[in-house]
Amino acid sequence: MSKKISPLMKKLNFLGKSEKITNWAELSPYDRENEKIYRRRWQHDKVVRSTHGVNCTGSCSWQIHVKDGIITWESQATDYPTTGPDMPEYEPRGCPRGASFSWYTYSPLRVRYPYVRGALLKLWKAAMAEKQDPVAAWRSIVDDPEKSKHYKAARGKGGFVRASWDEVNEMISANLLDTIDRFGPDRIFGFSPIPAMSMVSYAAGGRFLSLLGSPLLSFYDWYADLPAASPQIWGDQTDVPESSDWYNSGYLLVWGSNLPQTRTPDSHFMVEARYRGTKVTAISPDYAEFVKFADHWMPVNAGMDAAVAMAMTHVILKEYYVDNETKYFNDYVKKYTDLPYLIKLKKRGENFVSDRFLRASDIGMPLSKAEWKTVVIDQKSQKYAVPNGSIGHRWEEEGTWNLHQNDQNQNLNDIEPVLSLANDHDEIVTLDLPFFDKEERKVLHRSIPVKKIEQGDETIYVTTTFDLMLANAGVNRDLSGDYPVDYEDATQPYTPAWQEAITGVDRDLVIKVAREFAENAVNTKGKSMIIMGSGINHYYNSDMIYRAVLNLVLLTGSQGVNGGGWAHYVGQEKVRPLEGWQTVGLARDWGGPPRLQNGTSFYYFATEQWRYEEFAVSEQTSPIRDKPRYEHNADYNVLAARLGWLPSYPQFDRNSLKFFEEAKATSNEEVIQHVVQQLKDRKLNFAIENPEKPENFPRTLFVWRANLLGSSSKGHEYFLKHLLGTHSHNLSEENKALMTDEVNWEENTPEGKLDLLVNIDFRMQGTGLYSDIVLPAATWYEKSDISSTDMHPFIHPFNPAIAAPWEARSDWDTFKKLAKTFSEMAARYYSGPVKDVVATPLLHDSPAELAQPLGKIPDWKKGEVEPVPGQNLPQLHIVERDYTKIYDKMIALGPKAKGPIGSKGISWDATDEYEKLQNMLGTSKNEDYKECPSLLSDRNVAETILTLSSTTNGSMAMKAWEALEKKTNLKLKDLAVERAEEHLSFQEITAQPRKVISSPVFSGTETGNRRYSPFTTNVERMIPWRTLTGRQHFYIDHEIMLEFGEEMALFKPMLPKQAFYDRDHKPVHDGKEITLNYLTPHFKWSYHSTYGDTLPMLTMFRGGPHVWLNNEDAAEIEIEDNDWLELYNSNGVVVARAVVSHRIPRGVSFMYHVQERTINVPGSPTTKDRGGTFNSPTKIHVKPTQMIGGYAQLSYGFNYYGPTGNQRDNKVIIRKLKEVSWLED
Amino acid sequence: MRIKAQYGMVMSLDKCIGCHTCSITCNNTWTNRPGAEYMWWNNVETKPGIGYPKEWENQEKHKGGWEYKNEKLELKAGGRLSKLARLFYNPNLVDIDDYYEPWTYDYETLINSPAKKHQPVARPKSQLTGEYMDKIEWGPNWEDDLAGVHKTGLKDPNMRGLEESVRMEFEQTFMMYLPRICEHCLNAPCVSSCPSGAIYKRDEDGIVLVDQDACRSWRLCMTGCPYKKVYFNWKTQKAEKCTFCFPRIENGDPTICSETCVGRIRYIGIVFYDADKVLEAASVEDEKGLYESQLDIFLDPHDPEVIEAARKEGISEDWIEAAQRSPVYKMAVEQKIALPLHPEYRTLPMVWYVPPLSPIMGAFDGQQDTLDPNLVFPTIDQMRIPIQYLANLLTAGDTEVIRKVLKKLVAMRSYMRAKTIGKEPDKNLLEVTELTEETVEEMYRLMAIAKYSDRY
Repeated sequence: MSKKISPLMKKLNFLGKSEKITNWAELSPYDRENEKIYRRRWQHDKVVRSTHGVNCTGSCSWQIHVKDGIITWESQATDYPTTGPDMPEYEPRGCPRGASFSWYTYSPLRVRYPYVRGALLKLWKAAMAEKQDPVAAWRSIVDDPEKSKHYKAARGKGGFVRASWDEVNEMISANLLDTIDRFGPDRIFGFSPIPAMSMVSYAAGGRFLSLLGSPLLSFYDWYADLPAASPQIWGDQTDVPESSDWYNSGYLLVWGSNLPQTRTPDSHFMVEARYRGTKVTAISPDYAEFVKFADHWMPVNAGMDAAVAMAMTHVILKEYYVDNETKYFNDYVKKYTDLPYLIKLKKRGENFVSDRFLRASDIGMPLSKAEWKTVVIDQKSQKYAVPNGSIGHRWEEEGTWNLHQNDQNQNLNDIEPVLSLANDHDEIVTLDLPFFDKEERKVLHRSIPVKKIEQGDETIYVTTTFDLMLANAGVNRDLSGDYPVDYEDATQPYTPAWQEAITGVDRDLVIKVAREFAENAVNTKGKSMIIMGSGINHYYNSDMIYRAVLNLVLLTGSQGVNGGGWAHYVGQEKVRPLEGWQTVGLARDWGGPPRLQNGTSFYYFATEQWRYEEFAVSEQTSPIRDKPRYEHNADYNVLAARLGWLPSYPQFDRNSLKFFEEAKATSNEEVIQHVVQQLKDRKLNFAIENPEKPENFPRTLFVWRANLLGSSSKGHEYFLKHLLGTHSHNLSEENKALMTDEVNWEENTPEGKLDLLVNIDFRMQGTGLYSDIVLPAATWYEKSDISSTDMHPFIHPFNPAIAAPWEARSDWDTFKKLAKTFSEMAARYYSGPVKDVVATPLLHDSPAELAQPLGKIPDWKKGEVEPVPGQNLPQLHIVERDYTKIYDKMIALGPKAKGPIGSKGISWDATDEYEKLQNMLGTSKNEDYKECPSLLSDRNVAETILTLSSTTNGSMAMKAWEALEKKTNLKLKDLAVERAEEHLSFQEITAQPRKVISSPVFSGTETGNRRYSPFTTNVERMIPWRTLTGRQHFYIDHEIMLEFGEEMALFKPMLPKQAFYDRDHKPVHDGKEITLNYLTPHFKWSYHSTYGDTLPMLTMFRGGPHVWLNNEDAAEIEIEDNDWLELYNSNGVVVARAVVSHRIPRGVSFMYHVQERTINVPGSPTTKDRGGTFNSPTKIHVKPTQMIGGYAQLSYGFNYYGPTGNQRDNKVIIRKLKEVSWLED
Repeated sequence: MRIKAQYGMVMSLDKCIGCHTCSITCNNTWTNRPGAEYMWWNNVETKPGIGYPKEWENQEKHKGGWEYKNEKLELKAGGRLSKLARLFYNPNLVDIDDYYEPWTYDYETLINSPAKKHQPVARPKSQLTGEYMDKIEWGPNWEDDLAGVHKTGLKDPNMRGLEESVRMEFEQTFMMYLPRICEHCLNAPCVSSCPSGAIYKRDEDGIVLVDQDACRSWRLCMTGCPYKKVYFNWKTQKAEKCTFCFPRIENGDPTICSETCVGRIRYIGIVFYDADKVLEAASVEDEKGLYESQLDIFLDPHDPEVIEAARKEGISEDWIEAAQRSPVYKMAVEQKIALPLHPEYRTLPMVWYVPPLSPIMGAFDGQQDTLDPNLVFPTIDQMRIPIQYLANLLTAGDTEVIRKVLKKLVAMRSYMRAKTIGKEPDKNLLEVTELTEETVEEMYRLMAIAKYSDRY
């Protein structure tokens, strides 16, 4: 190596030695030694494949560069399996947020050791010294009101002290044992979202808590990401195309989904599709990033999207169904939707209203499960026919659960269902329809053709769903009533002119886009696609917005077609290897149903938000129905718990472990009888009826892979006040004018319900800051795990690039070691197993979805019927728990994993795979479990998931298809046969991301390297949808749906919320203020709260919390760009800086999701405390229609159905903040 | 003819999603170290806007680039003599505040804070002074998605000539992104500005580098560069700039900003040019002629004479083949859809841009599909991004060139749509836009399918 010479010497050495090479350039005589500097910077020792574990669902494979044992940076992997020669590839996948992840590794935000808040640790040490027994010590703290209040009030205000792992595990175990003993295991909760993003890590806590009998809280519905319309229409949680299928589309309507910002690595498929000739129309209130790529922009008023969709529906129905019959559309809707199915009408005065689907039982057909079989008129035979595939067919196991248009009983084949009665009716009657105008509710009277069926003494009036749809949409066929004259008629819904007044979108543009969308579908056989996102999904009535929008893809025959249909991307949840994951992650391998609680209901009661409800239910219900059964939304939730519609934990107002003893029972049946009798006699109550009673409090909460308080605590200030018992600043008062019937409303509102909040994370964020115990987690570059997503069809791993540094542990190891401590301690208090009475709701995809026929409500409390578990009460199970064996079971795969295992109502055997795992992983060291494959390491868990799932193991896929073949009497196995021999291992997916195998667990197929699109197997292979009719639903007929006027899609305005009500404490300030709508769309510089606190991301924009508003609105209150402002309403106060821009329309403010209060947040003059999070001004509203259960597709599933934690129908006041105080005291 | 090989890049602004992954990965790889905190060798700007550093395009103020005066090409900041006179006082130097004051936070307090009355918070602190900052005032991407642009946009030099017709209000909103790296110019003013001869253009590939040993901290390069892509490391006291990731390029890998570009907007390739003609090409009197004059010095890598000359110059066979399949050559020279950034700076820049399409303004009065060939051309002028704006950015104000490129893009979409839905493409449309079916298919494959091996 040449010796380095000084710059001066270098200069002197070469002075005058340069050589002129052209008239304008010369050759320098210097050497190029200096280039080494940058070459060395680039050099690294190894590259490890990993990915990012929570919040983002993009599932990108990354290469982690390591140099001298230090993680230096990451770059995207580019080696995904190909999409084929004529498509863009999935490379690279990744975004600036992901690219900044390595910043966390060595950052000052890193949680390096276990921490306990000093106030609690001091009490603990003293109590331990005094009691010498951990459980007694714990009890002595939480039972002492002063001590308890002392450490709870300290939450969130610093004072963390380092502790040892052993000490915190002992402390947590003491809390758990105390809670289980006194209140039951269902007072302990776990919150961790979307397992797909790191399924082993989710499984760690999921398995531990399920073994305890403790509930896991759902997230998809709580986040308001769950599109309730999906289960309503399709009986499917959510199933969407992989992003590359956008490229196959001929027309992309991008609706409230800011692709570049929120689906960053996928958006190129949309961009590139344009070069293939795909037209793009953007619908967005602001000039969002995706608008840049559109040919047309519809600047819709925020929240009014359903009005646009209804007008487009009007145009398409008129032009493509009535004025011209479009064969492709007609064929499609007859086969695959409920449009030809008959609906009963009911008298309302002189007129009629629509009621429910006609059933075989209504017209005396002698069929099994006749109440669950729906009816059409067959054109050919002119008979009432019952086509295959209804939910009644599904659960009678006759092989008639398929979409063949046959009626076995009447020997009718190839039924041609009548779509409209227009040309063959008995009568024209006037139908009353509910109409929710912007300000008031009205009744529309529109006439409609009907058939009359004489059945005994009764005359049954029926019409088709299609005819109802035309009447509802206002498409006239020379019928009388409140039909609009033409498109220009703004007086009647739902014309293009009518919508213009509401949405601000030009009527001609709506007509044009509707035509183009439909015409493209005709030209391409359904390749018209709507990409939709959270921009339209977080409203109270977003299910109605969605149903209105989705009508468009159903009416154009675009659903179940590659390149067409809905493409909804909000909190994607697709755990591709589902069965394996469920088995391990919910400890199903050891039996007993897990307790799975819907998050929204839990938080609604646990944080007492129900007491602050603003609206009476009767303000929201249908103008054509009787008054609602309750005036308070909370009462519907009690009804839902009572009838087994929704889960409800804490379960009863008594410890679920004590019933056996209490009943002095000798058998499980006796205990169940006892519980039912107690409920009937009102001696035993659901805990939800008395949320203020201390024995019904949730006591313990584990939060891992999540940031509940900083990110997802909608109604943040209510969380702080009622759940945590620390400082909080809601400016509201309880609404005592709106009393409850079913919930006991005590005057004494509880504060600080939670005894212990444990946060497991690698960084200190909003939840950690307020937790009692913070545990150091390994980052995503420090553990083994697996990742999958909706966005692409690959599965790929996390791998440790370095060992977890300091005292950090993987989630698997954290819960494993906690389980060990817990089990050892439990041996002091338990000598053997105990029996737990577990109540679970009536589940979707189980025979229980036939529990409550005809959409009627069997309320046993009113004495109408006897309470029967599994019919009008939750199912009751007896589960044996051995608290001394939690650890041994946690690390061994239990024998129930051999099967039957499965999903979506089908199951199969996994004995061979179980045996394979014994050989692959070795078995447990515990003598009792020595046959059980070992789950000692996170990597073993990953292998188990891959082995037991049909998407990753060909042998399982074959068995799964076989099971569905049996159920449907269809030929399906060929879909997996090409990959029957494959079994993806952890090592293989580490070498390269691998594509999943086609499986009936999902509704599309990847066979032959085709792009995944949902419901393609329904359309192509005649597999029914898991709905009442077996088809896609326009009409939903449950009593509560009718009560709320939601039998069909229509426009419903936003909740008419005010920033403050008279009862609240509106602050009085000098100076100008403005009231704006408050929207919290997904942010560009974070994924929820992740990355939002990293220096690179904070540098990329304004360096802290900010609120966007329009320049003219800002001028009104004399706010300039970057001024500090205060934003508030009755729920709470935010302090942030203004981002002023003409990109934002007037009347709205955007505070992007998630902006916490941990960084760069000064004090609020209003509260004299630190400004809040972006969720401080929010509060949730639970929607009763989303609580329905026990009824076909409206049956409960974890993260499948249930009220969403919507928070968007919100108003705030903004004013300029003149002085800034940092509140350092 | 003196043939030289040059690495160049094309960025399709039509594909850019404004995600800034390029900035982050570049920063992680090269500049997240003391002294370099404020440096973004690669940055992305929202346009309209004044960018990073503020108003970098305002050469009246910053005196970057070249000017053609008295039939001579001169640095705008002055010739050797005037520079020597101002060696110790350079009034054109950009302030740190015009970049931004790099900051961090006292993150530790979230974990270490003692028990307090209020929740602890991590306050911003200057990375230069270590002092608390009550308010962060500017950053490397302050105007992201038009933040504050209702005001700053008026100072964007590309709005020249549009003051009357375009207002910064909601209804007229338009937006695009401009990712920027060093241009690795053929006529690099930074090289000519350096009194120490510390900046050089590599003979073999044209990459412009600062010799970290030879740099004497004069900072005249920073003024000379009209793109403001040379930075000063306050710790090492040396100028630093984008290296076109030569340590990766030398290993056959694309630059980090390209490899990690999820919009897949970046293309890297070699072009051959005639080094003897650089002065002449940069000295065309009419600014609008500079785009053509730069095109003229590129050499056709398929031309046997050029190949012969390349061999003579010592350029290897695989480089010749690389030049032949270079996407940069295809897009800039053959398809003529990529354009240089501010050719009027006379730098002969080597990062070229495909201009973006944009939504049309307002409703379309019930007319049918805008992809209908007969309706294609009117739509160009109805697009939200004013043609003049793009022309001021990419063609020294020549709107005809922009119009031509946009028409090509629309014609390609129209042609491909017809093919996709099984209809007869309109050949006439191709003729008008001077495209052959072969070229349009190649354009399509390069822009849409864009396989890794075709992009780099």
